[in-house]
Amino acid sequence: MPDPLSQVFAALADPTRRDMVARLCAGDATVGELAAPYDVSLQAVSKHLKVLEGAGLVTRGRDAQRRPVHLEAEVFDLMTKWIERYRREAEARYQRLDAVLADLNDDTTHLTDLTDLTDLTQQSQRGETA
Amino acid sequence: MTTTTTADGTTTIEALAEVPLIRLTREFAGTPAQLYRAHTDADLFARWTGPDGTEIKIDHWDARTGGSWRYVNVSGGQEHGFHGCFHTVREDRIVQTFTWEGMPDGVALETLLIEDLGNGRTRLVTESLVDSFETRDAILASGMEVGVNDGYARLDTMLAGGDV
Repeated sequence: MPDPLSQVFAALADPTRRDMVARLCAGDATVGELAAPYDVSLQAVSKHLKVLEGAGLVTRGRDAQRRPVHLEAEVFDLMTKWIERYRREAEARYQRLDAVLADLNDDTTHLTDLTDLTDLTQQSQRGETA
Repeated sequence: MTTTTTADGTTTIEALAEVPLIRLTREFAGTPAQLYRAHTDADLFARWTGPDGTEIKIDHWDARTGGSWRYVNVSGGQEHGFHGCFHTVREDRIVQTFTWEGMPDGVALETLLIEDLGNGRTRLVTESLVDSFETRDAILASGMEVGVNDGYARLDTMLAGGDV
């Protein structure tokens, strides 16, 4: 069995399933309600739901007639946290690159002082004059 | 699937649904020529690439089209080797392969786009393309040490307990 994160990503790799998840953010829905916007059969929608269920992204209600589909936001949050963690590491790396670039700027004193330039831009945006 | 956040900095990240690719986008206070130097000059590159608290030892570095590179990341007595080839080295575009020697058959194709924004500012777009969504997701989940294991453990508990 693939690991949980891969299952979540795979489940969300399909545009129809992403749409369904977006729809479920607004609230629980029946299979029929989920199928309504698409030109596909109920069976096809059920197949998509099975993939989302397998990844733990949605659950089905116990009401035998309607069995409403419910989004498990907690699983979604977990995935978002993983990606955010990766992004933060990249940001930390780029902040080290910022420092290297600042050193390069110090070495080349003929370059325009970026801080002053930023200040001037902000002043002109506020309608002030230097 | 695409996620873009700017919680503590300006780096945005996208994990595409169509191809197993991670795209990072970031703007810098520096000229395109400086960004280019920071990626092609071995000494400069070694100063910023590794995680904090690690030392980068450049084994060899030939940053020109058709050249190759290898460095070792030293951290807490552990060494991790990385190597690859420079496929295209140009002021506005660097294409290279990237292999972590702990997974010697794995290889990513990395494309760096250096875009001039004027006024001494530059946008850097880094795309990392791997051979499968499983590998991409493993990379996204990597480097998280305790965090990712905690996350998995929590998810396992949730799955086992019928919570999800």
